[in-house]
Amino acid sequence: MKHVEANNVRDEELDLLLDELFRTYGYDFTNYARASLKRRVNRLMIIDRFPSFAELLYRLRQDPAYLPRIVEELTVNVTEMFRDPTMFKTLREQVLPVLATHPFIRIWHAGCATGEEVYSMAILLEEANLLHKSLLYATDLNPSAIENIRKGVFPLSEMKQYSENYILSGGKNEFSKYYTAKYNWAKFDDRLKSKMIISTHNLVSDRSFNEFVLIFCRNVLIYFDRHLQDKVLDLFDESLEKLGFLVLGSKENIRFSGIARKFKQLENKERIWRKVM
Amino acid sequence: MAESDVSKYRMVVIGGSAGSLDVILRIVSEARQLTHVAFVIIVHRSKSADSILADLLSTQTPLLVKEVEDKESIMPGIVYIAPPDYHLLLENERTFSLDASEKINYSRPSIDVTFESAADIFGPALVGIVLSGANADGALGLSAIAAAGGYTIVQEPVTAEVDFMPRQAINMTRVDAILEGEEIGGFLEVLLKKA
Ligand SMILES: C[S@@+](CC[C@H](N)C(=O)[O-])C[C@H]1O[C@@H](n2cnc3c(N)ncnc32)[C@H](O)[C@@H]1O
Repeated sequence: MKHVEANNVRDEELDLLLDELFRTYGYDFTNYARASLKRRVNRLMIIDRFPSFAELLYRLRQDPAYLPRIVEELTVNVTEMFRDPTMFKTLREQVLPVLATHPFIRIWHAGCATGEEVYSMAILLEEANLLHKSLLYATDLNPSAIENIRKGVFPLSEMKQYSENYILSGGKNEFSKYYTAKYNWAKFDDRLKSKMIISTHNLVSDRSFNEFVLIFCRNVLIYFDRHLQDKVLDLFDESLEKLGFLVLGSKENIRFSGIARKFKQLENKERIWRKVM
Repeated sequence: MAESDVSKYRMVVIGGSAGSLDVILRIVSEARQLTHVAFVIIVHRSKSADSILADLLSTQTPLLVKEVEDKESIMPGIVYIAPPDYHLLLENERTFSLDASEKINYSRPSIDVTFESAADIFGPALVGIVLSGANADGALGLSAIAAAGGYTIVQEPVTAEVDFMPRQAINMTRVDAILEGEEIGGFLEVLLKKA
């Protein structure tokens, strides 16, 4: 019988860490879903080989250069291109035709991680011949994640999956025409990036910075508790023009939030809402 | 039902992979009386198989069957299914949460992840069951359940369509009961009915 090392972070310890991150560095994770945060801390302790929680806390206090690493590892950056292909198909069929009637299309990708979602959207816009009049604001809390958006480079090993997703999303082209393969990487065409504005933005502490016709925030709210979700959804409401669209992750909902009554979900049950009031 | 008539158990987590579907259907259909516990089912399956599992299970039981949404409430008498491509966690005794982080044991949802989280929250009030499968997922999670004082059940490997997963679980944990697939439902009824 094997024994499992039970080195799991305790609630009080997690509080200490969150407190330190907030007081010293201004990162506020206190209203994040705790089950997930705990797993992230446990994982960090294993991969960075901290023998105890105290060592982790000590490192953070002594070495500010370690902060980006903690922020990066506490948050989950897993993403893919054309994630939930049928949602992108709905965007093509029901949302882009509406956007096409606008003289100018401003889109916000909040919590877009390493940029796969933004590049997917840029491809959609280009295929609908709308990219020239669009601006895509790509923001995330994590500075190293958004650095990757500037590079426009993704693992070549993922392209098979992404190309399948692309086709399921209603894509008609050869997906490989959008990138050049180099070693193990796929470098996406710079013209897709030409309409992106890339910046850090913290949904907890930063404010609305523009008005958009379409906001994406997918698989970010699941890491927040209900209270913080409400607050962030208010921020989106504030940042969305009337009749604009809000897109969430496939298991996220605005049903329990204060903004629910102002929004109407598209009929096919994809996680796309339209601001009707 | 008076408090003292029911056992201390409040949640049953069931993990299965290849070859587990029939056993799961059977357990759920036999659990129809067990309205004082929440059932949570984690099965490995492809992303595209989306709501089929919930539909299938619904045909077997009068209990409500739901694929879990973000921050869904945990209620007794409901059969919850982990959604494809997310790990299913418990925030506290009342609330689930979802997590789209890295796969564990090549799986998302991972059985280990949910078992460990549920053990953390429900401790001795939890029953964990590992069924047929070709993956080692579930073994660590089941030992976490045992360590937290919960009750552990593994499908008798000989009766499992794929015996690797139950064998792994048995190797790693002092299991409370090793049962044939067909027996599990009836056993649960006894275990969960009386104090
Ligand atoms: C799982 S990724 C989602 C990526 C993409 N939207 C998708 O659905 O594939 C979650 C992202 O949210 C970011 N995030 C977490 N907390 C945030 C906050 N307070 N403000 C902005 N971004 C945040 C993380 O850095 C991470 O990149």
